[in-house]
Amino acid sequence: MPLTPPITDLEQLKNHPAVARLLAWNAAAVEGVKFDRDEMTIYVERGSVREACVRLKDDPACPFNFLSDVTCVDWYPSEPRFEVVYHLLSIPKKERVRLKVRLDSAGPAVESVTSVWPGANYFEREVFDLFGIRFTGHPCLRRILMPEDWEGHPLRKDYPVEGYR
Amino acid sequence: MAHLTSTPVVEPGQDRTMILNMGPQHPSTHGVLRVILEIDGENVVRLMPDIGFLHTGIEKTCEAKFYQQVVPLTDRIDYLCPLTNNLCYVLAVEKLLGLEIPPKAQWLRVLLNELTRINSHLVWLGTHAMDIGALTVFLYCFREREEILRMFEMVSGQRMMTSYFRVGGIALEPPLGFFDRVRDFAGYFPEKVDEYENLLTGNPIWMMRTKGVARMTAEDAIALGATGPTLRGSGVDIDLRRDMPYSGYENFKFKVPVSQEGDVFARYICRVQELRESVQIIRQALDGMPEGPIKADAPHVVLPDREKMKTQMESLIYHFKIITEGFAVPAGEVYQAVESPRGEMGYYIVSDGTAKPYRVHMRAACFANLQTLAKMCEGRLLADVVAAIGSIDIVLGEIDR
Repeated sequence: MPLTPPITDLEQLKNHPAVARLLAWNAAAVEGVKFDRDEMTIYVERGSVREACVRLKDDPACPFNFLSDVTCVDWYPSEPRFEVVYHLLSIPKKERVRLKVRLDSAGPAVESVTSVWPGANYFEREVFDLFGIRFTGHPCLRRILMPEDWEGHPLRKDYPVEGYR
Repeated sequence: MAHLTSTPVVEPGQDRTMILNMGPQHPSTHGVLRVILEIDGENVVRLMPDIGFLHTGIEKTCEAKFYQQVVPLTDRIDYLCPLTNNLCYVLAVEKLLGLEIPPKAQWLRVLLNELTRINSHLVWLGTHAMDIGALTVFLYCFREREEILRMFEMVSGQRMMTSYFRVGGIALEPPLGFFDRVRDFAGYFPEKVDEYENLLTGNPIWMMRTKGVARMTAEDAIALGATGPTLRGSGVDIDLRRDMPYSGYENFKFKVPVSQEGDVFARYICRVQELRESVQIIRQALDGMPEGPIKADAPHVVLPDREKMKTQMESLIYHFKIITEGFAVPAGEVYQAVESPRGEMGYYIVSDGTAKPYRVHMRAACFANLQTLAKMCEGRLLADVVAAIGSIDIVLGEIDR
């Protein structure tokens, strides 16, 4: 399967179930879309990610009822620096979609989705631990993999691979 | 409580409860899982897993390696099914590159993945039974596992850390006699499964320890992110091999075992039946194994054969370039998920167009499955915690990464 260039035109992609659902709810929440290598990415406005997840989860036509993964990418030194990435799966329709939220480097914070899926708990703690992103509304936002008294967030790009000596 | 201040703080709620620390060196926690329990007599009031003892920063290490150098690291994540991790990683990179893989390589990957699944389930079955008190099963399971490890050694030179798959294909042709050996194994293995089942399935002690224990509903399982047999044991019929096929799984016919009860016994039955289904897939793979190359025709990505390297200048140049500079991967991102023995194993790889991955994230099945432990155990007896941990089939290497 040779690579084809990604499609980023919202008009062409508006029939995808997740895009259609979000556009019908609040078109301003969708900052952009990308269809690349058979995978759908939706850039969501940072204030409405929890709401968007609720809408996608309750979609009667294609419910994205399962949260596969939450992670983050650090684009240091460019701004907005962080991209928090959510992978959603629709168990009835066997469909995947990726949501992305862009965050600035100053005090990065986003609303937690633990109220939508309790299973987001560990994933968000991991992102907090390794990237230093705060999830507002998370029940116990503590370090999970690193020791409690660790300084810094190891997966940030300005953190050296061998650690601080 | 001074010893608890630096890690999760659990204060006893009332005078009648006490805090019990289980692990990280407890034999039934399968590695270094620490479980903090608040108990009222024999009853568990609250349960809090504490993880991270095995954290080695594999995701960070990957960012400093060439794409081909990451393959051996993926073995170390889940050391009971290294080939599943190899597969998931190479599939993700191949998707980024847009590479077409020859059918023989795909079928070999499926064959080895199912062998790995059997290997992993045998370790689970043995240790799970041992936790509950049936020691014999452990010895039986490891007898068959030994044969699988010898077969892995035959193809890859390693018993556990196989690193056998490469981006664009597999490392080497399997040696002469390998397929006969697998066929032998597939011939006698179902009888051995009967043997395990004779010891456990109808055994009254086993049933008392597992039936109705650590129950979880389908809604809870989905909400908490459970996958694999932990989810199918609660009656949710999803298996990525069948529903979102990868690496040629659409060519195979197999059943997906699902149980409705959602207890330890249901998860046990799911996994034992998966053992039988895996044998079916192995037989189909052996019978229908296509002929042809085992590596994709992509000289800038796939290392040339040794023979060509010695006779052709082009191959020598490509070899030198791949080893010293790696190969550039077009910018983009993919999320590739496979059905590992424990559930949905996913690799999220971001490429910035260079020869090193910009970000590699592993979605570990156990990491999410472990969250269900509190739901299963709170309000139940302390002795059932051991059965519940066993039924999730945790591998701490994968949880902590």
